[in-house]
Formats: sequence, structure tokens, C-alpha cells
Amino acid sequence: MNAAAAIGVDVGSTTCKVVAIDGAGALVDRRVEPTDPRIERQVERLVGEVRAASGRDLPVGATGYGRKRVSGARALTEITCHARGAFARAGRAGTLVDMGGQDTKVIRIGPSGEVVDFAMNDKCAAGTGRFLEVILGRLQVPFEGLAELVAGASRPVPVSSTCTVFAESEVISLVASDEPLDGIVKGLHVALASRVAALARGVPAGDEILMSGGVALNGAMVASLREALSRAVRVLPDPQLTGAVGAALSVLPGPAPR
Amino acid sequence: MILRRVQYEAAAHAVGPFLAALEDWRQRRRKRPARESPFAPPLESLRALKDMMMVHYLSGRYADGAVPVAWVTSGFPVEMLRTLGYHTVYPENHAAICGVQRIVPALSDAVEAQGYSRDLCSYVRSDLGSLDTGKSPVGRLPRPDLLACCTNICQTVLYWYRDLARRFDVPLVLVDTPFIYGEPAPHQTRYVVDQLEEAIVIAERVARRPLDREAFSETVRLSREGSDLWGQCLDTARNRPAPWTGVDGFFHLGPVVALRGTEACNAYYRTLLDELKDRVARGIGGLKGEERHRLLWDNLPVWYATREITTLLGSQGFNFVCTTYTNAWAEASSLIDPSDPMTSGARSYSQIMLNRDLPNKLRLLERLSREFGADGAVLHSDRSCKPYSIGQVDLKDRLARDLGIKTLLLEADHNDPRAWASELSANRIGAFMESFS
Repeated sequence: MNAAAAIGVDVGSTTCKVVAIDGAGALVDRRVEPTDPRIERQVERLVGEVRAASGRDLPVGATGYGRKRVSGARALTEITCHARGAFARAGRAGTLVDMGGQDTKVIRIGPSGEVVDFAMNDKCAAGTGRFLEVILGRLQVPFEGLAELVAGASRPVPVSSTCTVFAESEVISLVASDEPLDGIVKGLHVALASRVAALARGVPAGDEILMSGGVALNGAMVASLREALSRAVRVLPDPQLTGAVGAALSVLPGPAPR
Repeated sequence: MILRRVQYEAAAHAVGPFLAALEDWRQRRRKRPARESPFAPPLESLRALKDMMMVHYLSGRYADGAVPVAWVTSGFPVEMLRTLGYHTVYPENHAAICGVQRIVPALSDAVEAQGYSRDLCSYVRSDLGSLDTGKSPVGRLPRPDLLACCTNICQTVLYWYRDLARRFDVPLVLVDTPFIYGEPAPHQTRYVVDQLEEAIVIAERVARRPLDREAFSETVRLSREGSDLWGQCLDTARNRPAPWTGVDGFFHLGPVVALRGTEACNAYYRTLLDELKDRVARGIGGLKGEERHRLLWDNLPVWYATREITTLLGSQGFNFVCTTYTNAWAEASSLIDPSDPMTSGARSYSQIMLNRDLPNKLRLLERLSREFGADGAVLHSDRSCKPYSIGQVDLKDRLARDLGIKTLLLEADHNDPRAWASELSANRIGAFMESFS
């Protein structure tokens, strides 16, 4: 393993990610924890651990909604960092769908890893990981085995609401009406995927979509997205860390690795 | 009646100008530390602008009972009313002042409590709320004798003015402009001309005087000249650096909206134009620092957050050099021919941007981007103004694809701060700026 050359911090709404990368952009260390409301203390501790492990004083790049509270770091928005992280991980330009806790973004990445265009959900978390988290929690469906549960459903039960709160009530009514649980869960994924697909409109036909963010760890969501977009979806390695890697790349000395 | 007229004239020509001069003197004496900002010092003309609008609204308080008063939509062919001696009130302009003063939530709450939906235009909610609560940054608006509504900006104005007609129990003149696909057809122009003739009859009856057609032509000439002068002011921003910012344009728009067709309006724009040309000659830009990027703004301003948005952008060297909104008034009367006010007026007021098809708007955006050398565009998706916001996703894609300029779709509402997510918007604007590096 090469020596760490830069640290990246991504303070998301759900999880706080801290990574160290080497001079070629490869991941050499990582820390992932649920976000603590006292961000400064949490980040200081995690960055301290990564620094101690590397034995060096490394430059720090920060992104995510808490980026401005990371002392001594270069702060960049998660859109730029996800583009840089995805470009380095995929090794090419393309369209990235990043599904995080409260944000879903579709980013068009140019040939140098730059942001060409982006679209995001606005003022509502109905198209994000939090939507699934809330409703699956309500249904007491564990994350483990979710992909198999959805794949085994004979048909999706339509969930019409576009609001997390209303969808929660709707789902409770569906359960009370004896609709099959696997069908309801599939319906939720279909509803979510269709919202994301609307954001991803205009993506050139046939292009493979790159996917990052914590939700990319949910195989059922990846499959639903593949279906909604009618094209291949490639989940980036360590999808949850893409933003943090991008933040680290932004402070890496020398030319950006590909 | 006579006493009222004396009060009105005194407010317009003596008390108003005196109070404005007094306020200027107080402002000059007040030693306030300069606010940290990325903008160049304000234009000297700003003082004259404030004075002019202050006198307009002050005299308005005494207008009812003194002269005929008309409440008018921003796109109404106002020249006929001006000639008939009406004091005109622009509820949209008044609502924008409420927006800048951030009093809209209180006004809107009042009308929402009566059952008006929050999904209605926030200008409507602002003005109806102002009527209901009696709260207004300008003291009071005079009671209308006539309501004048033109549907060239949206259909909402029709229902808004019908509501006003019910409240005030006064005549409503409506000019319905057919939506124009391509160029206006002769029968469409005829249809609008007929309505203008009917509107004149009602406006004459309320004003109790006939329309002097010669004087009408002169008002039309002034109106056209005002639009031209405003257009020339906007065009100074083609220079690098632009001598002012988009924010300046939003506020200096007041006279061409509310006082179009008057010599005072035109005199003001001559002064402003001189100052802008002087700035260009001296190489003074709207931003204190380097103008690194030049932006186009589409849609109404976000009145309560304009400074927040432009400060964020201005601090990184991004300046708005052109806007489709301010440009609309440079085009409003540009096609009017003083020798044939009716037909040319019908054509001109039917062809404003919001009453024309999407390809026309795309051409406008492309033309402004090219002529002003914009390398980025912010399209405000306005929750309250659907006619202006529809098609923006396609327009954004076309601007990016055809002109290669960076674009941002910014969700907001032009007057209701409750629809504004400051942190989320700052994040998007931040990402937009980063995409230039």
C-alpha cells in the first residue's frame, strides 16, 4: 500500500466519511460513522485518526453539508467532489447518479472530470435515501436481503405519493389492505427510481450510468434504476465514499490522477 | 375635489420633492461605515430614482378624489390612460416593494386565512394582503376608479383584477391578447385593436373627458422613447466590465414600469445613461474586483434574496450583465408607432416575451447571451410565475448544448421568502461557480 497523500472529508446528512488517498488517488484509509450533530468534534477525531495512521500532516479537502465546519480544509460542494471522485474511479466522463441521505443528484461529467451540468431534488427528500429509510423502517423490513425480497416480488404495488410523509401513510393503508409486503417494497423502489429518472432526462441514449452514494449499496434500488432508465447502471467501487475521495483529490498536490 | 387636487399637486410638486431632498441630505450626513460588499459604489442616479419613486407613491396617497386613478397590470397599454390624466398604480410594482421589504409572509398569511391558496402568485397574495391588512411600505395606495388588465403577462391577472373589481366595485377594462405562435396574424391584431377601442370608451367615461388623439400620439412617442432609453441603458452592459450589475437593473426598472409615457421617466433614463456611459469611459465596473464571468438571468428577480444571490456570485467575480426580465421593458413599447398608436400598440403589446412561444424565448436567450458575451446563465424557476418558468429545462439544455454556456436552474419564488431555501440555494450556486474552474 502506498503512503497517504491527502485526506477527504464528506460530512453528509446521514453519515460522515473520512478517507485518505495515495498520490495516485487510490484509497488507503477510511472511516464511516453516522453523522454526529457536533460535527466539528467528530471530524476532528476522525481526521486525527487517519492522520495518525499515516504518520504525516496531510492536506484536507471537505465536502457535504458540514464542509464549512471542517477547520483547515479546502471546502468544495458535493457536486464538484462527486464528479471528481466518480471520474477518478470510473476513469471516464459520463453521467453520475448520486443518491445520498437527503440529496439525489444527477451530474454530467466532462472529459476532464469537470461538472458540465447537474440537477438535484429540491426542497424535498422524497427522492432520496431518507425516503427508503423512513418507510422501510416503518414496515420493519431489514436492509439485509432487500434485493432478494424485491427481486422475488411478483408485481410492484403502485405507491402514488411523491411525499415521504404521505407515502408513509399510504404504505400503512396498503399493508392494512393486505397488499403483499414484497410488492409494496418493490413499488417504493419503482416510485423512487422514476423520480431519479426524471432528473436524469436528457442523458444520451445508450450511455451507461455511473452510480454512487449510500443508496447504491442497495441492490434493489440499482435494479429499479436500471429498469427506469432502460440502460446499464454501473455502481462505483465504495460508492458511499465517492464524495470524500473527490474532496481528497481536490487537495492532492500535482496533476489530478486518472 | 379642489382641495384634494391641491393636496395631490402639492405632494407631487412641492412636498414630495422637498421630503426627498431632505432624505437625501440626511443620508449624506449619516456617516455609516461602508458595507462589506463585492460591488462598486452605488450609481449616483440611485438617489434620483429613489426620489422619483418616493414622490410617485407619496402623491398617490392624495390621488383619489383629485384625479382619476387606475390600477394597471405591468403589460397594459398604459399610454391611453396617461393621456386621459390618470394617476396609475402598478400593483405588481407595489408588491415587489413589499417583497424587498420582506413583509410578504405577513400579508400572505392574511389572505391565506381567507382561503386564498399559497399556490397563487405571490404578487397577488402580497397586494390582496396589503389591502386586507392596510400594511404597505408606501403608506397607502389610492382607491382605483378603473382597473386595467392585459393578459399578455399571464392569465392570473384576469382573476386577480376581477377580484379587485369586486372589492372596489369599479369598472374593469380587459385587453385579452391571444398567445402568439410565430408572428401575430392580422385577425389577432384586429381583435386587440377592437378591445383597445372599447377600453378607451370606458376609460374616457370614468375620466369624464375625451381622449385627445394628438396628445395620445405624443404619449406614445414618449413611451417609445422611454423604452429605447431603457434599452440603451441595458446595452451599456455589453462593455467589459459591465458598468453595473443585474441588481442595479432590477431596481432602476421602476420608472419604465410605473411611469412609462412620461417626460419625467425619460429624463431619468437620460441621466442614468449618461452616468453609465461615463462609467464605461472610465472603465468602472459594477463589481469592485475583476469581472471574471458574465451571467444572464432569466425570470423575475427573487426580490427578497437578490442581494444574497448576487453577493455570493459577485464575491467570486460573477456579474449578471443581462436579464430577460429587464429586457422585457426595453421591448415593451419599442414597436409602437406614434402615427398609428392603435394598430402598432396592439402588435407591440401582443408581442411581449411572455405572450410568445418558446422558440421565440430561446432566440431571445441566445441573442442576449451572444450580444452581452455571457458565459453562464441562471434560470430562476419561479414557483409563482409558471408562464415565465415553463420550458426552462429545455431552454437550459439548449443554451448549454448550442452555446456551450454553463447553466443553473435555481428554484425560488419571486416574492415569498417561505419558498426560499437559503442554504440549499447557496450550495447549488456554489457548485455552479465551481463548475467554471
